[in-house]
Amino acid sequence: MDNHFDIGLEELRQKLLLMASRAETAVNDSVQALMQRNHDLANKVRADDDIIDQFEIEIDEMAIQLLTKAPLATNLRLVTVAMKVSQNLERIGDEATKIAKRARDLSQEPPIKLVLDLPRLARMALSMVKDSLDAFVQRDSAAARAVIPRDKEVDELNREMHAALAQHMMENREAIGRCLHWIVAAKSLERIADHAKNIAEEVVYLCEAQDIRHTQHAAPN
Amino acid sequence: MQNAEGAAPGGPAGFFILHFSCFLPPCPRVTASNHQWRKAKNVFMQTLTFVCAVLVILPLLLVFYHLLSQGAGAINWAFFTQLPKPVGEIGGGMANSIAGTFILISLASLLGVPFGVLGGIFLSEYSHHRLNWWIRFTADVVNGVPSITWGMVVYALIVLPMKGFSTLAGGVVLGLMMIPIIMRTTEEVLQLVPNGYREAALALGIAQWRTIVQIVVRTAMKGIVTGVLLALARVAGETAPLLFTAFGNAYWTHHLTEPIAALPLQIFNYAISPYDDWHRQAWAGALVLILLVSAINIVVRVLTRDRFSVRSI
Amino acid sequence: MTTAAVENKTEKAALAVRGLSIFFGANAVLKNVTIDIGARAVTAIIGPSGCGKSTFLRAINRMHELNPDARMEGRILLFGDDIYSPAVEPVVVRRRVGMVFQKSNPFPTMTIAENVTVGLRLNGVRDKKVLLERTEESLRMAALWDEVKDRLHAPAISLSGGQQQRLCIARALAVQPEVLLMDEPASALDPLATQKIEDLIIELKKDYTIVIVTHNMQQAARSSDFTAFFYLGELVEYGPTTKIFTKPAQKRTEDYVTGRFG
Repeated sequence: MDNHFDIGLEELRQKLLLMASRAETAVNDSVQALMQRNHDLANKVRADDDIIDQFEIEIDEMAIQLLTKAPLATNLRLVTVAMKVSQNLERIGDEATKIAKRARDLSQEPPIKLVLDLPRLARMALSMVKDSLDAFVQRDSAAARAVIPRDKEVDELNREMHAALAQHMMENREAIGRCLHWIVAAKSLERIADHAKNIAEEVVYLCEAQDIRHTQHAAPN
Repeated sequence: MQNAEGAAPGGPAGFFILHFSCFLPPCPRVTASNHQWRKAKNVFMQTLTFVCAVLVILPLLLVFYHLLSQGAGAINWAFFTQLPKPVGEIGGGMANSIAGTFILISLASLLGVPFGVLGGIFLSEYSHHRLNWWIRFTADVVNGVPSITWGMVVYALIVLPMKGFSTLAGGVVLGLMMIPIIMRTTEEVLQLVPNGYREAALALGIAQWRTIVQIVVRTAMKGIVTGVLLALARVAGETAPLLFTAFGNAYWTHHLTEPIAALPLQIFNYAISPYDDWHRQAWAGALVLILLVSAINIVVRVLTRDRFSVRSI
Repeated sequence: MTTAAVENKTEKAALAVRGLSIFFGANAVLKNVTIDIGARAVTAIIGPSGCGKSTFLRAINRMHELNPDARMEGRILLFGDDIYSPAVEPVVVRRRVGMVFQKSNPFPTMTIAENVTVGLRLNGVRDKKVLLERTEESLRMAALWDEVKDRLHAPAISLSGGQQQRLCIARALAVQPEVLLMDEPASALDPLATQKIEDLIIELKKDYTIVIVTHNMQQAARSSDFTAFFYLGELVEYGPTTKIFTKPAQKRTEDYVTGRFG
């Protein structure tokens, strides 16, 4: 039978998962608004960001309360990881809002002539977010470790897009404004992938009690 | 807090009153009249128990009253300083008996206290020894032996070989009677010393016997003294064993091998005699004896007020 | 067989326990415990009730022998000396290994000063100068000197609960042991007195090897360097306190520490 402390921990986990699904939805919707030039969807994403911010505050409060009960071992790691993950999710929400803003701006102007594979970048970033959160739910350390090297691919793709857009800007002066919006949107997606990597590192710490941040290799010892 | 149903008055009257009150119909709600009824029951029970307590103390008060009224008149300076006069003559005192009682209980202590206290220490501190159970069992049995039997035993062991009654025999018999009493009270008092003290002393590397003597016994000292004094008060009034051992003496005793007078013996002899003067002196002797025993008990009470040590019950 | 020897890298082991088993009659209370306890460090022993932690503690100063049904197997080396060798008297061991109990027990017939020096006096030390010096030294080490220096001849039982426990610590320190054993020393005290005792323990470890049994895991986390977890008479896990409480290696340790049983 669970004691009250375990019930509190479970509530924390559930809240974190709720926040995660909202963040995922925000990223999805913002990319969709961007690709489909959907003004209303972009506004919705921006409005819903307040909810994600509120989640972060509530999760931090719950975590502090649980800490006063002096949890140990796995419970202690869960509480500290929850605080870090919620921070990363909040930032993902902010990046999604940035994308939504650019989507709104771009939707009011004619599309550029460059064909960008932004959806692919978006898919990679989104799948990293989803996989790292699944690893958290499943407490699967190996799955979390598998997410981490994918960040490099996202970085690479972002660099390519940046180069392509820069080239396009130089050749088409009138498209500079719109290209800058695209550059910012791509950068936001790259940042989202970074945050997903951070979440994956926290999941590894939760499961293995090993801190692998700021290390080059992601393979287990 | 007094509970009317919990009071226990004595005697058949009490039995019927208690029964009667149990069958009174219980009132389901607390009303004003119900409250009055309970108050009345409470007062009734309190009065009843008070009366019963007085009834218990009454015999003791009667004893004191009788002793005082009959014997106080015969208490004078001569009583404490003079020897008994020969048969038929008026006057004289119980000086030698009073002195004899003190001498006898002193001798008894010399025998009873060391063996009793050490025996009590053995029973308490070496409780896992093989002989422990046997010694405790024997002490309990011996505690219940009638005092006259003790007198006969010492008669056979000391008086007969010595071919005469003696102070020594009197002291020995009283001492032997004191041993099991002191043993048991010492053991009980030592058992009341919390085990934490023993463990603390042993954990400091203090040897076991030193722990016992300087920590445990020292902590229980007041209780042990109480036990010794109570045993003294008990044997001071014994008459039957002295009949066979000290025997009594009309004069001063000068040697341990001579018979000696003692208050209980003298009271006994005077009480069954046909002389009024002797009867008065017997009352006086009884009064002195009970004052002696009471004095010992009062000293015990004063000692047990001390907050430093374990109290005996 | 549970083996959990941890090399203390700074000093050699104060207590080397090898295969210690203790039986009370037919009942095995400790089963084959092997552990190295580091010198000048605080080692906490945790575990649920009945796991043998108090018995383990008492085996170190041979106090379990007070129970006539007790039987032991194995060895305990105190700085290299076998304390159970037939040539060694328990009394000698207990002068090298001091003990403080759960319920403070200053001797009620003695004053504060007499309590502190009782271990010395009853072992034959008569020199008044030595006794005076040791009294002040021990009371200072126990963080009690300032509170009692003006009333050293007051009865020991006139002190408060926390002060009495510190007096017992001073009494144990006065005989200058090498190891200090503490059996739940603060469990009968209020939080403020408890904190004073814990601070005292952290101070004392500079000079003494301390082994403390506690059922309060936060206390173990706050004041110890190493922690050993016992369960049902076996040593389950032993290691640095931080590790035991943040990432224990054994599942049973994890379950106990997170409150899933015990």
